[in-house]
Amino acid sequence: MWIAVEQAFGMVFEPYTLMVMVLASLYGLFVGAVPGLTATMATALLVPVTFFMAPIPAIAAIVTATAMAIFSGDIPGCLLRIPGTPASAAYTDEAYAMTRKGQAEVALGAGLVFSAVGGMFGTIVLVVAAPALAEFATQFSSFEYFWLVTLGLTCAVFITSTAPIKGVITLFLGLLVSCVGLGNPAGFPRFTFGNIETLGGIGMIPMMIGMFAFSEIMRYVVDTSPPAEVVVEKVGNVLKGQWKLAKKYPLQILRGSVLGTAVGALPGAGADIASWMSYAMSKKLSKEPEKFGTGHVEGIVESGAANNSALAGAWIPALVFGIPGDSITAIIIGVLYMKNMNPGPSLFTTNPQNIYAVFLLFIVANLIMIPMGILCIKVARRILKVPRNILMPIILVFCIVGTFAINNSIFSVGVMLAAGLVAYVLEANKFPIAPAILGVVLGTMLEENFITSMIKADGNLLAFFTRPIAAALAVFTILLWATPVLMALLRRRRGAPA
Amino acid sequence: MKLNDAVIGLFLTLLGVAVLWIVQDYPKIPGQQVGPALFPGLIAAGLCIGGVMLMIGGWRQRAQVPMFQWEDWVRSPRHVRALVVLIGSVLFYMVASLSLGFVLTSFLILTALFYALELPLGRSVLIAVIATLVIHFAFYKLLRVPLPWGILTNYAW
Repeated sequence: MWIAVEQAFGMVFEPYTLMVMVLASLYGLFVGAVPGLTATMATALLVPVTFFMAPIPAIAAIVTATAMAIFSGDIPGCLLRIPGTPASAAYTDEAYAMTRKGQAEVALGAGLVFSAVGGMFGTIVLVVAAPALAEFATQFSSFEYFWLVTLGLTCAVFITSTAPIKGVITLFLGLLVSCVGLGNPAGFPRFTFGNIETLGGIGMIPMMIGMFAFSEIMRYVVDTSPPAEVVVEKVGNVLKGQWKLAKKYPLQILRGSVLGTAVGALPGAGADIASWMSYAMSKKLSKEPEKFGTGHVEGIVESGAANNSALAGAWIPALVFGIPGDSITAIIIGVLYMKNMNPGPSLFTTNPQNIYAVFLLFIVANLIMIPMGILCIKVARRILKVPRNILMPIILVFCIVGTFAINNSIFSVGVMLAAGLVAYVLEANKFPIAPAILGVVLGTMLEENFITSMIKADGNLLAFFTRPIAAALAVFTILLWATPVLMALLRRRRGAPA
Repeated sequence: MKLNDAVIGLFLTLLGVAVLWIVQDYPKIPGQQVGPALFPGLIAAGLCIGGVMLMIGGWRQRAQVPMFQWEDWVRSPRHVRALVVLIGSVLFYMVASLSLGFVLTSFLILTALFYALELPLGRSVLIAVIATLVIHFAFYKLLRVPLPWGILTNYAW
C-alpha cells in the first residue's frame, strides 16, 4: 500500500498537476463568483479541455474547480444578494443581511474557512468509507447492482422533487435517452432512425453542456430582472474572528459536515440540497433561532460546511459503484470512463495509486482554497463587474467548440442545443433535472444488470430477492416506493372521520 | 413557457405510445424471454402511466392553471430578439461552420449576439474578433481540435 501512496504523491506533486490545479482554482473561483454560472457548468465546460490531459491532472482540474466554485458562489450572495451558484442560495439573504450590518468580512470569511473545513471532513469520510465499501462491493452480483441502481434512482427522484411524479417522469426520459444506439445487451440498434451518428448512443458530455451551460445562457438572455448593485466598498481581513466562530459553533460545523457528506453521497442530491437542508436544520436546532434571517452567522457556518462536504461525499458512490452522487460526479463518471479509470470496486485493487492520488487531490484542493479564496475576495468587486452581455456569448462559443471537440462532429452540437432547450422547458415547468441526468448515466448499467438478472432468474422473479444483500436492498427500495402511497392513505384516513 | 401539466402529460403519453409502437418490431432472441424491446418497453409503459397521471392532475387544476402561459420576457422585444439570435446562432453554426469555417462563423455569431445584448456595433465587432481569435488559438493550436477552416482553407494559419 505504501508504495502506491508514494506513487500517488509523485503524481499529484508534479509541477504540471500543480499548475493545472492553480489554473483550475482561478477558473472555478471565477465561474462560481459570476451569478448564473454554476459549478456543474464549470465541470461540463472543463471536460473538453481535460480530454487532452493525463487522468490525474484531468481529475485534479475538476476537483479543484468545483471546490472553489462552491465556495466562491457565496461571494455575490454576500455582496449582491444573488447566489453565485445554487449551492449558496440557502443562506444568501442571511449573508446579505450581515453585509448590510457591516459584517461582510465575517460572512465571507465564515463561508471560506468553513467551506474548507467541510470539504476536508467530506474528504476524510471519502478516504475511509470508499475503500471499505469497495471491499464489500466485490461480492455484488447483477442482482445487487440492479437493486443498488434502482435504489439510487429512487433516492434521486424523492430528494430532488417536491412532486415525485415529475421526478419519475424526468428519470424515465433520461433512461429512454440511454437506450439510443447499439450499447445494449442484445447489441441491437435502437431508436437510431437510420442515422450513423446515433449508433454509438447520445453523447453524455454534449448533453450535459446543453443542460447545464446552454440552458443557463438561455435563462440569462430572457432574464428581465434589473441588475444588482454592489453595496460594499472594501472588504477587510476575512480571517479575523474565524477561530472564535469555530470555537463557538463546533457542533454546528460537525453537524453541517456530516449532513452534507451524507446528502452528497445520496444519488442525485448534491451541494445545493445539502445546503438548504443544513440551513433549515441549523435554524431548527439553534439556541437563538429568532436571529436567523437578520444577519446571523450560525447558519452560514453550518451550511457553508455542508455544501463543500457534499462535493466529496458525492464521490463515494461514484467511485465505488459508478453511481453519481450529484450532477457534477455524473459528468466525472463520464471522464473516468474516457480515462480508462472505470469506476467500480476493481478501481481500488488494480491501480490503487490512482485512487490515493484522487484522495490527495481533494486534500490539496481544500488546503489551497483558503489562500486562493482570500485572493478571490480581494478582487471580487472586479469579477462582479465583468459585463455578462460579453461573457455569455463567449461561453456559448465555448459550449459549441467544447461539444464539437469531444468527437469532432456537428451532430454533437445539435445534441447540445436540443438538450439545452428541453432542460429549459422542463425547469420552467418545475421538473427536476437531476433524475434525468442519473437516468442517462445509469440507464445502460441498469439495463445490463436487469437483463443479466432476468436471464439468470430464468423467469423466476423471486431470484431477485434470494441473495441476502439483494433482498435487503430490494426491501428498502420497495419501502421507499410505498411511502408516498402510504402517506396519502394516512392523510385520507386522518381527514375522513373529522 | 409555462404549460399546464395536462399538456405535458399528453405529450409524454404520446411519446410513450410511439416508443411502444417502435419496439414492437424489435427482434426476439431465440431461447430467451428478454430481448432489446423489454427495457425501453417498460420505460415507455411508465411514461404512459405518468403522462396520464399528469393529465388527470392538470385537468383538475385547469381553472387555476391555464393550458399555456408565456413569461414576462415575451412582451419585451429586446429579450425575444436576443433569444432568437441565441438559438439561431447555434443552428447557423451547425449549418455554416463547415463551409464558412470556424473563424468566420464564430465572428458572425458573436457579433450578432453582442449586438442583440445591446453592445454598440463597433464594440461588438471588435470583441467578436478578439474572442474568436483567442478561442481559435486555445482550441485549434493548444488543444488541437480540428476546427474547420472552410473558405479560408488557403489562408490557414
